[in-house]
Amino acid sequence: MGKVATRVAYGEALAELIQKDDRIFVLDADLSKSTNTHKAQEAKPERHFNMGIAEGNMMGVAAGIATGGNIVYASSFAMFAAGRAFEQVRNSICYTKLNVKICATHAGITLGEDGASHQSVEDIALMRAIPNMRVIQPADDVETKQVIEKIANIEGPFYVRLGRSGVARVHDENYSFKLGKGNVLSQGKDIAIIATGVMVEQALLAKETLKEDGFDVTVVNMASIKPIDEEMILQLSKTHKGIITAEEHSKFGGLGSAVAEVLSKHNPTRLRMIAIEDTFGESGTPDALLEKYGLSAPSVVRHVKEFAKELE
Amino acid sequence: MENNQLATIANNLRKNVVRMVANAKSGHIGGSLSAAEIVATLYFDEMDITKENLKNKERDKFVLSKGHASPILFSVLAEKGFIEQEELMTFRKINSRLQGHPSMVYVDGVDMSTGSLGQGISAAVGMALSYKAKNLDYRVYTLVGDGESQEGQVWEAAMAAGHYKLDNLVLFLDFNGYQIDGDITKVMNPLPLDKKFQAFNWNVITIDGHNFDEIKAALKQAKEFKGKPTAIIAHTVKGKGVDFMENNYAWHGTAPNQEQFEEAMKQLEGK
Repeated sequence: MGKVATRVAYGEALAELIQKDDRIFVLDADLSKSTNTHKAQEAKPERHFNMGIAEGNMMGVAAGIATGGNIVYASSFAMFAAGRAFEQVRNSICYTKLNVKICATHAGITLGEDGASHQSVEDIALMRAIPNMRVIQPADDVETKQVIEKIANIEGPFYVRLGRSGVARVHDENYSFKLGKGNVLSQGKDIAIIATGVMVEQALLAKETLKEDGFDVTVVNMASIKPIDEEMILQLSKTHKGIITAEEHSKFGGLGSAVAEVLSKHNPTRLRMIAIEDTFGESGTPDALLEKYGLSAPSVVRHVKEFAKELE
Repeated sequence: MENNQLATIANNLRKNVVRMVANAKSGHIGGSLSAAEIVATLYFDEMDITKENLKNKERDKFVLSKGHASPILFSVLAEKGFIEQEELMTFRKINSRLQGHPSMVYVDGVDMSTGSLGQGISAAVGMALSYKAKNLDYRVYTLVGDGESQEGQVWEAAMAAGHYKLDNLVLFLDFNGYQIDGDITKVMNPLPLDKKFQAFNWNVITIDGHNFDEIKAALKQAKEFKGKPTAIIAHTVKGKGVDFMENNYAWHGTAPNQEQFEEAMKQLEGK
């Protein structure tokens, strides 16, 4: 099947959910065609509100709506949802533990041609640091739909990180997302790659190449970044020589940091982080950007081989 | 409620504001005292808020957008019997429910956690918007500071309230003229405020914020006005009720010492 962007799956899931659940309100900040909340708007226009290009206010309005016992899905690009509106998210949504689900699309460099001003590579770090916030990054359309539906019934704030460009489906229909649980997609033994978001697909592609070269890696999808699956991370550290994390996010404060926090406390393990270096992105196609910034499957292959050599 | 009864309540609120801030040795006294009549009228003459409906997620709501005036909010919650008078003396102390800036997580009756300026008004807009969407008749009130109106978010929220014609939303602007660094027109002039709200499609009423008849009349006019939210620009005196605090921005966020406390209480007892 063709690739589907997680934002597209989000829009479809939300359009279904808003018709089923009377508690749901949807807010957008003039990006409803891009975030895909326009599908929910078409499904139930009386519960979708465009707040204009004013993301700080949108988060405050979301909080206010949630005080009435409603569930609010608020969307914008990750740059503006987590960046521009950081302090509104912190003080009006998280400090209050209100039932707001921030579904941020166009995260990371695979936003593509719009360039660095719109490419959020810091949002996981920002959102993860806020008390009461949960951070989820689904890897494909199947997982996205489950996440969007399930978080409606988990009280409190969520940050769901979604992408602009199409990604391959990595889960079958029997998959069931669980908050705080990782998912082993492919069991190997030498090195474990813990990936999130678009990097799950790249890690699986890398695994195929590596197999031909005699490396047997485990690939894990870590969609639930906070809370994170400590038990699985520790288990992987005990059954593998080393761990590699892979994310389309800054090397500071994202999945790699979250895994390092677990390992350094309980079972110090050699860890290599595949992430964006301390730099901004730029314009380009998603594939060209993944390649240039060291996140493509061939780059993952190179990392695994280098790391294996270091571990010898 | 009769004006003389409201005046007694407003004076009780002022005394508790002074007691709380003096006891905590910190807190925002000037902008709490300026809002006593507005808050007293809202809680004792306007809003439907009782012990019975206090925990309801949907009812009339009050958002103290200028969250640093928490002493006036906690005082009125105590006056309503929602919190104990003795608890007021825990204000700003360790393990207290009465935080420096109000938290809805700890206290039923705090309808929104505020303190970071500009954010409360957005939450009030969200409440009013949700009531409209669900055809509920409840009304939403918010108190915004004049210095607070320098925050861009206030105008984002004002734009949204005008756009969605939230005639169930009433904003009091506590126009006491001072912020922590001094005269608002010298720090960063936000005037004219009435014309700004009009330009954002609000119904605007200007009153003396210490006059009960004017407060009541403005609230009645707001209720009758359809199709626009109402902004009540309330001219007030910062530090109202204690002569040495009045119109003196040094009392924005300063606690009185024992001598000043006794003098302030003496003045308020005499009223």
